[in-house]
Amino acid sequence: MNPLLSKPWAALLGRRLVQVLAVSLLIGTLCFLMVRALPGDLAMRVAAGRYGYDLVSNAAADAVRAELGLDRPGWLALLHWWRDMATFNLGQSLVSQRSVWHEVTHHLGATLRLSAAALAIAFAVGVPLGVWAGLRPQGWVDKASWLMAVVLRALPPFLLSVLLVLLVAVQWSFLPAGGDESQASLVLPALTLGLGLAAGLARVTRAAMREVVVSPFFEFARTKGLSDWQALVRHGLRNAAVPVTAYLGVQALFLVEGALVVETLFAWPGIGHALVHAVFGRDIPVVQGTALCMGVLFVVFNLLVDAACLALDPRHTQKVAK
Amino acid sequence: MNRLFNPFSPLTRRRALQAPVAALAAGALPAAWAQDTNPAAPPAPLQIVGPWEISGLAPASSGYVFTRMQVTETLLDAADDGQPRPALARLWRRSADGLVWQFELRAGARFHDGKPVTAAAVVRSLQAAQVAPALLSQAPIESITAPDEGTVLIRLQRPHTALPALLAHSSTMVLAPASYGADGKVRSIIGCGPYRIALLVPPQQVETVVFDAYDGPRPAIAAVRYLAASRAETRALMAESGQADLAYGLDPASLRRLQRHAQNPALARRTAVRIASVTLPRTVIVKLNAGLPALRDVRVRQALSLAIDRAGIALALMGDESLAATQLLPPMLGAWHNLDLPPLQHDPEAAARLLRAAGWQRHSDGLRNAQGQPLHLVIRTFVDRPELPLIATALQEQWRLAGIAVKVSIGNSGDVPRGHRDGSLQLALAARNYANVPDPTGTLAGDFAAQGGDWGAMGWHSDAVVQALQELTRTQTPPERTRALRQTITHTLQTELPVIPVAWYRQHVAVAPRLAGVTLDPLERSYRLTGMEWSNP
Repeated sequence: MNPLLSKPWAALLGRRLVQVLAVSLLIGTLCFLMVRALPGDLAMRVAAGRYGYDLVSNAAADAVRAELGLDRPGWLALLHWWRDMATFNLGQSLVSQRSVWHEVTHHLGATLRLSAAALAIAFAVGVPLGVWAGLRPQGWVDKASWLMAVVLRALPPFLLSVLLVLLVAVQWSFLPAGGDESQASLVLPALTLGLGLAAGLARVTRAAMREVVVSPFFEFARTKGLSDWQALVRHGLRNAAVPVTAYLGVQALFLVEGALVVETLFAWPGIGHALVHAVFGRDIPVVQGTALCMGVLFVVFNLLVDAACLALDPRHTQKVAK
Repeated sequence: MNRLFNPFSPLTRRRALQAPVAALAAGALPAAWAQDTNPAAPPAPLQIVGPWEISGLAPASSGYVFTRMQVTETLLDAADDGQPRPALARLWRRSADGLVWQFELRAGARFHDGKPVTAAAVVRSLQAAQVAPALLSQAPIESITAPDEGTVLIRLQRPHTALPALLAHSSTMVLAPASYGADGKVRSIIGCGPYRIALLVPPQQVETVVFDAYDGPRPAIAAVRYLAASRAETRALMAESGQADLAYGLDPASLRRLQRHAQNPALARRTAVRIASVTLPRTVIVKLNAGLPALRDVRVRQALSLAIDRAGIALALMGDESLAATQLLPPMLGAWHNLDLPPLQHDPEAAARLLRAAGWQRHSDGLRNAQGQPLHLVIRTFVDRPELPLIATALQEQWRLAGIAVKVSIGNSGDVPRGHRDGSLQLALAARNYANVPDPTGTLAGDFAAQGGDWGAMGWHSDAVVQALQELTRTQTPPERTRALRQTITHTLQTELPVIPVAWYRQHVAVAPRLAGVTLDPLERSYRLTGMEWSNP
């Protein structure tokens, strides 16, 4: 039977689909109300965003207000946005006058690339360290990973990124310090985000591994004659993977939050940086579109995490089925 | 516990640890190879990094990015002192009554799509530039026409001497007809400069290459890249690591570090980044609402000015004591900088005397006037230029010492013109560019008009200044008269202080050692790439 048609999967997908719709509507409307409620004149902010501080003037703001029809009532603009949403039209940026979809995909694509690279680094560093530390508690790897976790989690991303740039880019001239012109530019921002994540991941993996190793089923696997390696691969890793996967789902937030600072510092053209600019410039359609895409992305990501947990842990499937 | 758990029996610890490290290195190595330059290959493109993002393709929003990169040209150019120079227009004539201006285009000029630059194309670009806030909208233009292929004719309603300066502004850059979409908006940048766009990824990145059909000398630098990086620290680090060849907009801390490294022979060999500097026609000013009862008295404005330690601010926050403003217009605007003016000074005692004479008494919570009403002021500023909030807090402290209570409100640059219009503004700290167009007359005429200006006077006007600026704008005055009029203006501004000058600006650029022939444009119109070349290693 197709696993997607089985009941727990259908229930999961259905629930998430409703969530996507609700989240989209809620986020878009909230963003609209929040940006409208911010102090300052909308047309003036847009004019400042478009023309910069040397040319922004009352004449510029008047021109912008007339062009964009900003003096019409707010509820009308919100109605228009809902109507556009129904036709999957995110509108046009007030500042750059390009389509919001174009802006969001450009920036979101860059952030996703960065996040994927950071996750890969976190995985490559955090999981092996955590597994090792869990198998050998109080060993030197355990102590070293504990120290790494404390130091890296205590270092704010902006400090870590400056240290990395000073060492790798300036001192060794090994990698570019900023921009996104080559694949190499990805390494330093991804390291900044990935190392912080790896630190947490190592500790969570260690705890999960530890729990598995002292459990009766693991002891039984070894008693029935499996080699240590076989016991680890067949019974250990899969059991330990469930809490680790759930932890990663939560940490996606950390990635996006950290991405804002890291993107700005590395001149990486990502979504966090774009969102801040849009808020400053009162670029309502871009704020709405960006928040919307990020919201949907979170739901999708959580769906993937749930699906992974379901696939990893058959007991879960039975629970959901009940 | 029975026997020790050991799944990696055939592995050693060292080998297990090497795996993730090797994986990381494997990820990074191809990138590092990509960075290695092959000696036979042409040099990597010249990399510029600056704070300016491309906020849209409209010439009024981001035209300056493309004129600076020499992708687009304007009808006229300007020398360092602001004098008009030929650019796309080979020569120009003005009728005796000053109402008709005729511009003859360079015959060989071509757009990057291969089509010749026609007068009709120029007319279309100029007409698009007549819409506010583009500065050409300030000129009293009656018509812009193309009597033949190579001539552009501009008719004015009344004489306007600043027209050549307006035609040198980036918002009047000339684009090919194919640049515009059906709705009249700019869809792509097809200019006629020595470089053409190879890649344009707003808001951050532009790449250009030499345009083969350019009708001038071929530049030595074949390809250029521009990257917008919003943090000054990032730009400085990119210069230090050798990634950026020209880094614009350095913060004082990075500047000091780079200067220290340049002086230290051991460090200089490694980084070898030079600093090039030029003074800009930009002044940090305190715009004030002289319509307020408290600030209407010129003695209070003078006291505010005397309480400012400009040398301290210039040294601590801008890295150079000589940037302390002694008058509104900096020495680089030679024709407008008035050497006869007594310089603005820091004199807290004189400030206290003036405040007493104006009827203000010191109390524990600040100044109070004769009726016992307290003086509480708010100074607005914005973050677009990172030094402004810092200077605002320095002013707050210096005025506190003089007994004047001031609150700092940090927001958006648009808050200043808005506060000007709705009358809510008391004080504002801004960095005013007096050469938005090469000739400051137009900017000054707007800032100190009878009704005031968004970035200039508020609740203050001087008939002498208004008339002098009008005469300078409308008639071609003889040199003697011009000088006298300018002196009247600068003298009145210095004594009446409708805006209080704080500091001038110097542009600092980190220059890579592989680059030679770097000169900086004080008017910030061009990166002057055509004059640069690769220095021999």
